[in-house]
Amino acid sequence: MTSRKPRLGVFKFASCDGCQLTVLDCEDELLDLAERVDIAYFLEAIRRPLEGEFDIALVEGSIYTPEQEEHIRDIRRRSRFLITLGACAAHGGIQALRNFTQPDEYPRVVYALPQYVESLANSRPASAYVPVDLELQGCPISKQQLLRVLAQILLGSKPHVPNHALCLDCKRRNLVCVLVAQGKPCLGPVTTTGCGVLCPSYDRGCYSCFGPAYQPNTESLARWFGRLGLASAEIQRMFHAYYSQAPGFKEEGQRHA
Amino acid sequence: MPEQTPHPDSVAQKRTIQVGALARVEGEGSLTLRLRDGQVEEVQLRIFEAPRYFEAFLRGRHLEEVPDITARICGICPVAYQMSSCHALERLVGIEVSGPLRDLRRLLYCGEWIESHTLHIYFLHAPDFLGYESALAMAQDRPEYAKLLRNALQLKKAGNAVISLLGGRAIHPINVRVGGFYQVPSRKELIQLGEQLKAVHEFARQTVRWAASLDFPPVEHDYEFVALRHQTEYPMNEGRLVSNRGLDIAMSAFPDHFEEYQVPYSNASQCRRKASGGQESPGAYQVGPLARWNLNWDRVPASVRQAAVETGITWPCRNPYMSIVARSLEVLYAVEEALRIIAGYELPDRSVVPYQPRAGHGAWITEAPRGILYHRYETDASGIIRQATIIPPTSQNQLQMEQDLLRIAPGLANLPEAEAALQAEKVIRNYDPCISCATHFLKLRVEGR
Repeated sequence: MTSRKPRLGVFKFASCDGCQLTVLDCEDELLDLAERVDIAYFLEAIRRPLEGEFDIALVEGSIYTPEQEEHIRDIRRRSRFLITLGACAAHGGIQALRNFTQPDEYPRVVYALPQYVESLANSRPASAYVPVDLELQGCPISKQQLLRVLAQILLGSKPHVPNHALCLDCKRRNLVCVLVAQGKPCLGPVTTTGCGVLCPSYDRGCYSCFGPAYQPNTESLARWFGRLGLASAEIQRMFHAYYSQAPGFKEEGQRHA
Repeated sequence: MPEQTPHPDSVAQKRTIQVGALARVEGEGSLTLRLRDGQVEEVQLRIFEAPRYFEAFLRGRHLEEVPDITARICGICPVAYQMSSCHALERLVGIEVSGPLRDLRRLLYCGEWIESHTLHIYFLHAPDFLGYESALAMAQDRPEYAKLLRNALQLKKAGNAVISLLGGRAIHPINVRVGGFYQVPSRKELIQLGEQLKAVHEFARQTVRWAASLDFPPVEHDYEFVALRHQTEYPMNEGRLVSNRGLDIAMSAFPDHFEEYQVPYSNASQCRRKASGGQESPGAYQVGPLARWNLNWDRVPASVRQAAVETGITWPCRNPYMSIVARSLEVLYAVEEALRIIAGYELPDRSVVPYQPRAGHGAWITEAPRGILYHRYETDASGIIRQATIIPPTSQNQLQMEQDLLRIAPGLANLPEAEAALQAEKVIRNYDPCISCATHFLKLRVEGR
């Protein structure tokens, strides 16, 4: 990168704002980060119009309206390195549960006058519309992963995000297995690392807010759940939640209709 | 981004003040004010945030999943969604969470009030009073602001530390469940947390003095303030719903007194008070810190009341810009309340109150940082959600925000475009609107109303 400060933009699509809030939750790092990069667009924090090009674009949320379809293409044109933040931007988010339904079903449930409301029939990831350079997983993302990736880019190295199963982290931490020892359904064996082993360390099974790990064996895990006594509908709900459109989870859920 | 609606006509002196994308709010909205001969023709607070249909996909999920799912409505106030969900569903299954588990929930909410309010006070609202585009610009401009913001970040961090300990993480906590928690903290963990809170206590006091020292436009409006009111406590999870105009109802009676309706220019439904005659703006009411404080400031300890008196502001206060002071008083209260709960904490003998699903319905209201948050659920006998209704604070404040804009609009007629837009935006930011929240739901049985 040139000697000028790299320009960073934070962009929001259909989402809860939680992933971009992670940037503001970097309480110990935020002001230093703002010294090293020019935070040139961040509507939630800065009153400034969108203009110019960006070295790094952080994109939160799924693409869910016709305007957003245009907007993501515009952001891509303006940006050298486009990183998506979280489950929504990578796989459509929890709102992508609508993708399994008829287009007019949800609007009629939620709005008395659905004709006033604009949305596309499916909630889709940024990568369905433009090339994406890196996806950070999680609902929400991990602050540590975000800071590490930004540091790697600023240092000029290729950013890397591990994608082994959460299960391994649990073993490394010597936590008693909630699935095997306590018989609680846990998606840790098929979920990618990143959360810091939250749920098992709070005595509950993982519900996969970070999405599939590399080569997830969902079929085997679903059989486990069956042996624990979970009904088909329960198994489906486990796979069809925060990452219902992700390869592996989508099909496994559909097998348990 | 937002398209311009064509002008209806012609000859008169017309002017449109447009804010294409509101900054320093959560979520995406725009603002249009149409003036003709200096008179306001129309105000539109348009929400173009994409709808996400939470109330639709909650149907068919099990009630155990609900607090995890509704948290995702808002990354800034997930605890509020979890609290309203849990209480409504506990009502439905017929259990009550009391003792240390109840205290822990209150502590969790203190954490959210601290982080959410501090974010708004310093990062979203302060730049309006001090004339900057952002808090980061303030920090880069003057060393004393940089110091102020470093302290503010530590205060916010302390709030997040509360949520992280009790909830597992600050955004979308994983440890909250219907009936209580998956795991409860030890006394030792809470005492350590207390040290972090004690370290920011003095700065929370300073924040009240600092907020009160800002320059406020000298305006007062005759609002109807609506908030919960508890017999002895400052309200968070319990109480009756009251207003300064005589409303005093059980929270379950909310639908009898309030109604949702849709406007054609927005993806969010709005909520208004039914039949409230004799006021300036029919149907409009205000929820949030200013409403809560005005209705409940006799419920805080003497130390916090003293801080309120020392601001020199006469309470109750009807100046919307002074919401920042009410917010700062609630941060101070939340820090002290958190310390009080920590000091009295006894480890409960169980982390969750057991329950059996049953067919029925349950509704509840809690005080989110931005005001009252109503949830109502219906389930079948196995605990599957059949119907969900969620009414967030921002859709309740939306009509009031438009009314506030109508009031200032004549004064904007002769201002340059950029200045007029800024003044209008400031009116909106007084409410700390969370547009992400306001959009995603709003269910409505409008027929029959």
